[in-house]
Amino acid sequence: MTISSQELDVLQEIGNIGAGNAATALANLLQAKIDISVPRAQFMVLDETIRCVGGVEKPVVCVSLRVEGEVEATVLFIFPERDAFRLIDMLTGMEPGFTTGIDEMGRSVVMEIGNILTGSFLGAISEMTGMRLVPSVPYLAYDMLGAVLPTALAEFGYEDDQILMIQTTFSQSSSDQIDSQFILLPDVVSLKQLFINLGMVR
Amino acid sequence: MAWFASTFGNMTARHSVPLGRNGGREPGMTFSNNTVSKHVQEIHIGIAEYSVTKAPHRLTTLGLGSCVGVCLFDRITTVAGLAHIMLPDSTSFKTAVKPAKFADLGVPLLVREMERLGAKASRMEAKLAGGAQMFIGNDKSSVLNIGQRNIDAVKESLRKFSIRITSEDVGGSVGRTITFDSGNGQLSIRSLGQGTKVI
Repeated sequence: MTISSQELDVLQEIGNIGAGNAATALANLLQAKIDISVPRAQFMVLDETIRCVGGVEKPVVCVSLRVEGEVEATVLFIFPERDAFRLIDMLTGMEPGFTTGIDEMGRSVVMEIGNILTGSFLGAISEMTGMRLVPSVPYLAYDMLGAVLPTALAEFGYEDDQILMIQTTFSQSSSDQIDSQFILLPDVVSLKQLFINLGMVR
Repeated sequence: MAWFASTFGNMTARHSVPLGRNGGREPGMTFSNNTVSKHVQEIHIGIAEYSVTKAPHRLTTLGLGSCVGVCLFDRITTVAGLAHIMLPDSTSFKTAVKPAKFADLGVPLLVREMERLGAKASRMEAKLAGGAQMFIGNDKSSVLNIGQRNIDAVKESLRKFSIRITSEDVGGSVGRTITFDSGNGQLSIRSLGQGTKVI
């Protein structure tokens, strides 16, 4: 199945609505203003994505969830190491700079953020399309981006060289800058029903 | 085609060395102690790619997570090869565009390409790194572990060629950046927040 440029536009718009909803949830949680970039929906090769997100050896914290239901997808939520530490500081009420590693507490915090954001992202898509989307439990990895990203794709069975990604950046800058990349990777074959539900003729 | 282009690019680069030694000075060649010090090149191998070389060059690949770096070495000819394997098995996939992505295709490909440079499968020894379990769920029992499947598939594939594994640094939960030295067959492994070790 191929995806037309019109369909990519639709996915981009869906990404926009989902990201808007997720940003609201994150803003409530952090009591801070959250900015989101305009989502991009495109086919990318893995090396290119790694370059885009920050390079092979960049230390990142990544929460990954599998989406099941009528659309199947994988969600990757990627924080640069330092930004993840700041997020944990904010959510546990610590002074900025307190967190310098990911312990059990930190793991739980970041995974829960992944849970909440993915839930609100998918909620918006569910509402719009009338489709059921169920996120799995979150998984977390903390290592070099180049080790984390290909692993996520291998685990969830993305074997193609070109992978469809809807990518957006969340950032909060009211106190300390925290940036994160939210990437939704829909399984292309499962998108057919979504386009039909949105009234698109294929 | 990208893997092919880059591999081919590396192969041509390799040939510049014998040329330099036989054909006199090349621009940028350095001299020390009255002996010509060879250009030691570090050949970078991307995800699902592979490359082969000969002493004194090095093969390197960054950020092995669940992927496995397969390093093969023939001591007699100093032919070395490295493949960055991402998945265990190509048979369930319709199109294997990059054979080095899969253990079942990547290992035979690496052996074949090394033989083209004069190596013999019967003399090859293997070193492995990678196959980590990067993602862990909340209750520790919910784990994803394609890494172990990659390790198993690579070992199975090496067994078919009767290639002995002389050392390995596999599994665990850390990503690895590796450099394989065709000068001595040593594999150095670097992880985030840890030092470098040599196997």
